[in-house]
Amino acid sequence: MNSLYYQKRLSRNIGDKFFTSLSVICALIAILPLIFLVTYILYKGGSQITPELFTLEPNPPGDDLDAGGINPALIGTLIITTIASIIAIPVGVGGGIYLAEYSKGGAFSRFIRFGVNVLAGVPSIIAGVFIYALIVSTKILFGSMYSGLAGGMALSILMLPTVIKTTDEGLKLVPNELRYASLGVGASMYTTILKVTLPSAFRSITTGVVLGIARAAGETAPLIFTALFSYYYITGFGDLFYEMGSLAVLIYNFALEPYDAQNKLAWAASFILVLSILSVNIFSRIMAAFTEKTKRV
Amino acid sequence: MEEKLTLFKNRKRFGIEKNIDIIFKNTALVLSSFVAIILLGIILVVFFQSFESFSRYGLKFLVTSEWNPVKDEYGAFTAIYGTLVTSFLSLLITIPLGVGTAIFITEDFVPKVFREIIGSFVELLAAIPSVVLGLWAIFVMEPFFRAFFVFLHNFFGWIPLFSTEPTGRNSLLAILILVVMLLPIVTSIARDSLNQVPKKLRNAAYGIGASRWKTIFSVILPAALSGIMAGVLLALGRAMGETMAVTMIIGNSNAFSWSLLSPGYTISSMLANQFGEADGSQVSSLFYAAFVLMILSLVVNIFAQWLVKKFSLKY
Repeated sequence: MNSLYYQKRLSRNIGDKFFTSLSVICALIAILPLIFLVTYILYKGGSQITPELFTLEPNPPGDDLDAGGINPALIGTLIITTIASIIAIPVGVGGGIYLAEYSKGGAFSRFIRFGVNVLAGVPSIIAGVFIYALIVSTKILFGSMYSGLAGGMALSILMLPTVIKTTDEGLKLVPNELRYASLGVGASMYTTILKVTLPSAFRSITTGVVLGIARAAGETAPLIFTALFSYYYITGFGDLFYEMGSLAVLIYNFALEPYDAQNKLAWAASFILVLSILSVNIFSRIMAAFTEKTKRV
Repeated sequence: MEEKLTLFKNRKRFGIEKNIDIIFKNTALVLSSFVAIILLGIILVVFFQSFESFSRYGLKFLVTSEWNPVKDEYGAFTAIYGTLVTSFLSLLITIPLGVGTAIFITEDFVPKVFREIIGSFVELLAAIPSVVLGLWAIFVMEPFFRAFFVFLHNFFGWIPLFSTEPTGRNSLLAILILVVMLLPIVTSIARDSLNQVPKKLRNAAYGIGASRWKTIFSVILPAALSGIMAGVLLALGRAMGETMAVTMIIGNSNAFSWSLLSPGYTISSMLANQFGEADGSQVSSLFYAAFVLMILSLVVNIFAQWLVKKFSLKY
């Protein structure tokens, strides 16, 4: 009779309770520092935000108390990420189109897919080392060494696998009926891809690409010896061929300065960086969830 | 009627359209092979740049820890040791925490809404740039743990791992910040593979009277093991290559020490520190170190992919 009721003292029930609390503890240990981290960054960085921050140049570290602003780094991050996108998006989308639409699962496409995964796992600093050897040390870009252009190229290597993967997977989700219908009314392959399959996979591809851009915007390691850093305003097109600052490198350089004013600037820069990356992430997640809901209907 | 006739007359494709089609296909083909070109390019460039150092030191480079630009003597043992120790120890801490959290998220201890919030929160954390984590580690984590490190040294100083007086930045802090970075990776991959285990396996285990945790340990975890292992290997690759946060907190010292409480070095932090102002044969030696790092992470990554292919769930 007793065996029909839940018995607290049974060893299996005690064991269950024990492991349940263990996993709750794991989750707490995992989550609490993370919550603390985000709130601390937002609080500490948010309190440093002033209007001048967005318009001034940073002052060189020294004994003067005013650190200036982060305008060149902010613009630099925008420029370098744009360069990376201009290189990585066409190459990645084109490569993804080949993998999803043309390849028939042969050795070549398997090799490329494998290569995409391997490239995604290459440490980001190796991308910087590669661009340094290929472009910075050879001065191949019209005699300029460290430049924003080289930095953008290094970042594009990191973006490329993400873009190819999301294009490949986004296109694979497009139902084959659409392709048959298009080819059936006499459209050629490239019309089918450009007018039918790409548009219907557009949203999932853009989500992935935007996340890839957000990720690249925070990368530091590939930039520290390709784009280097600059304290001065970006004034014209020619500045692409000179050292260029970025938020990420600014945080790295100024975090290691012994002066409080520079450290505060680093916190302010991380606030802007984290806030924009997190909002892009949350926004694209909401968009993806929204798409999924409308698809189900 | 007339219109229809002209339509039929032109039913063959124009030559120009055919050509566009062929050009489009070949462009896509070329673009997709860029991945292979870049990958091979990286391997070849780093290898050839390290050739000078490789031919001078050979494999001795891997086991000596002299790094002296003045005397032109280079060996990367400290950095290689640091890379391996920080990544393996951080994984050792991350695996139970991450898998435990993943189990918490996939089981129904709390309502689904909370679990989904926790899950997406953990994933968002993977998006935080490592340089920001480094900043946080310098100004928040290091002061926070200082007393604890002194305690570790005082009571466990007889263990070589804690044998030096803690003075600011050290390898243990690098391990801890790596744990923060790896947790989202391990947790989200473990969660995905736990979610992929078919529900009928769980129901069958419950049906023959297994308790919840008996089911988790003997049915669900083994079924999800390959996915979790692949996630762990990916995290290992990430830990080895991670640069910024580690560089900012590890202390960057090439003096070899068994102690985790002394400043250390990893290959990537050595590259980040020295690449900008190196010249002569130091550059070649740095490329050699980069080559070692690349081989390490390539091996780990390829092994992870092989594992996924070999042992992927077949239900």
